[in-house]
Amino acid sequence: MSSTRTTPPSPAGTGRSVRRPGDRVFAGTAKGAGILILVILAGVAAFLVVEAVPALTAPAEDIPGDRGLAGYIAPLVFGTLLAAVIALLVATPLAVAIALFIAYYAPRRMAQGLGYLVDLLAAIPSIVYGFWGIFWLAPKLVPFYEWLERRLGFIPLFAGPASTTGRTMLTAGLVLAVMILPIVSAISREVFLQVPSLHREAALALGATRWEMIRMAVLPYGRSGVIGGSMLGLGRALGETMAVAIVLSVSGGITFNLISSGNPSTIAANIALEFPESSGIDINTLIASGLALFVITLAVNMLARAIVNRRADFSGAN
Amino acid sequence: MSQISTASVATGGSAPSGPRRSERTGRLPNWALWACFAGAAVVVGALWPVFDLNIALFVLYTVVLGTLAVYLLTRTTEGSRRATDRLVTCLVVSAFGLAMVPLVSLVWEVVSRGAARLDGEFFSSSLVGIVGEGGGAYHAIMGTLIITALTTLISVPIGLMTAIFLVEYARGRLKRAITFMVDVMTGIPSIVAGLFAYALFAIFLGPGIRLGIMGAIALSVLMIPVVVRSAEEVLKLVPNELREASYALGVPKWRTIVKVVIPTAIAGLGTGVTLAIARVVGETAPLLITLGITNATNVNAFDSRMATLPVYAYYQLTQPGVPPQFATDRAWTAALVLIILVMGLNVVARFISRFFAPKSGR
Repeated sequence: MSSTRTTPPSPAGTGRSVRRPGDRVFAGTAKGAGILILVILAGVAAFLVVEAVPALTAPAEDIPGDRGLAGYIAPLVFGTLLAAVIALLVATPLAVAIALFIAYYAPRRMAQGLGYLVDLLAAIPSIVYGFWGIFWLAPKLVPFYEWLERRLGFIPLFAGPASTTGRTMLTAGLVLAVMILPIVSAISREVFLQVPSLHREAALALGATRWEMIRMAVLPYGRSGVIGGSMLGLGRALGETMAVAIVLSVSGGITFNLISSGNPSTIAANIALEFPESSGIDINTLIASGLALFVITLAVNMLARAIVNRRADFSGAN
Repeated sequence: MSQISTASVATGGSAPSGPRRSERTGRLPNWALWACFAGAAVVVGALWPVFDLNIALFVLYTVVLGTLAVYLLTRTTEGSRRATDRLVTCLVVSAFGLAMVPLVSLVWEVVSRGAARLDGEFFSSSLVGIVGEGGGAYHAIMGTLIITALTTLISVPIGLMTAIFLVEYARGRLKRAITFMVDVMTGIPSIVAGLFAYALFAIFLGPGIRLGIMGAIALSVLMIPVVVRSAEEVLKLVPNELREASYALGVPKWRTIVKVVIPTAIAGLGTGVTLAIARVVGETAPLLITLGITNATNVNAFDSRMATLPVYAYYQLTQPGVPPQFATDRAWTAALVLIILVMGLNVVARFISRFFAPKSGR
């Protein structure tokens, strides 16, 4: 795909010599659409800033919780990052293993179908994940959390008391992990399949086992792709709304205790839960928190894209 | 699922696997590896009464024990390198099996709980005057269809023209900037898109506003980058010879694009648009804050609140009223309809790409 060169100089040359009105209109429309994308993105930032300004300038006691905007947003940012990091820690190794399975272990004829099965996970709407998380996953995890509290309670992460509903930060993180699994594994798979077969065959010819071939040829080549893919997954996990809003039982502020019923909310889930019932300055506060989320995900995504694109340049040189 | 052929050799790519196969079966027979897992299953099964296991723990212990047995057996007969190789194979296959657990359990849960209310009334009546039993999601389904159609109407022209611009016209910094921004736009959280649409309308029409068109605009922010990316990929695949042949005949560039490039890529474009629709049709968060919810049927996207299927499912689940059973049932059925819709669109997309693919030799 990347090897097809699509905009050779010749058509542009003819276009410049003969400018027909139809050409001009069409090219203008196409360019306009392209620029509109930039305008939309700038508009998203601008309108959010405009609506967030009243909250930024409001006195601390007008903000819900009476601790000012920073005091309101800080636990939310913490919850957002915590849930996303749990999701990332669980999903990345699993996604890499799945990508390896589909690329190098599964029978060739089944590989595409199995890959499609994993991609199906990405097609399921996030609200359905929420339903699944609260009705299926959370109750099933309660005994596990009780076990964690009993045996590993000395670790602050599992201090408990274990939630009796299972609607904990760890559950939310696991649901998010399932949701970002397909994107991380899809990008890893793509990179793994691009490993030059000469590298792989050279490793095999030297007598490497399949795992040694993967360790020596595939993983070094695919490393930046895996990192970029998992950061895209991180971006997705940071912004995921409905699943967390439904699954997570929210109360209290910043805590590292993953298995109790008192958890900080996430920015996105908090907006979804509070927005329909809010008015006035509360809405501005929520939009300000949304702006914070926008900035965080923008930074993560830009970094991820930069990493993925750098790899694309690198592989193009081969 | 997790006990799949540890020994069946299936290397990826074009690497010939002949020599490795004979080497492997020459040392440890296939059945020995299967026997490890069978033995593990028997041992764990025997311990079932002692440790009060359930089916999940049974599978977990069996896989762990079987993997351990395979590792130790291979290590004693074939050495540590082969043992590590087998261990990784077991881990990788188990990882795939583990990923299938959520998919299977989710589909099973939604189908078994949602099937109860999958009846005529669900598709033909709204929630007006419904307390408790009965009622349906006619209004929400109509809302979802209208909002999705509006979103498609906004997104496809913009997305398609942007893709054409990127592939056929743009070069240099503007192209790089747009490509990068489209990539960044795919990462915008859906709730932020909803907030954007709200902020946009709140500035001009006052706070507290809820309109169907706001939801369509919010979803467009999410859908446009998906359309651009997929259309761009497809347009790049159109062979350059076709364009050059058209130019050689004196056809203007824009007619070349409309009459040659787009018809050649139409299957891929159709697939991309269908998948993009599938992506936004289940979006809940932006609609929750831009459309709100209502119990009555509203088909005017420019007037007051509208119900949509995902938001309907959310409110039926979280605010069921008393007794909660009926609303919860409706919520699960809405989730089931949503899944059927999304899966159906995915199948249609595959169908389009398979049966309307261009007939060129590429």
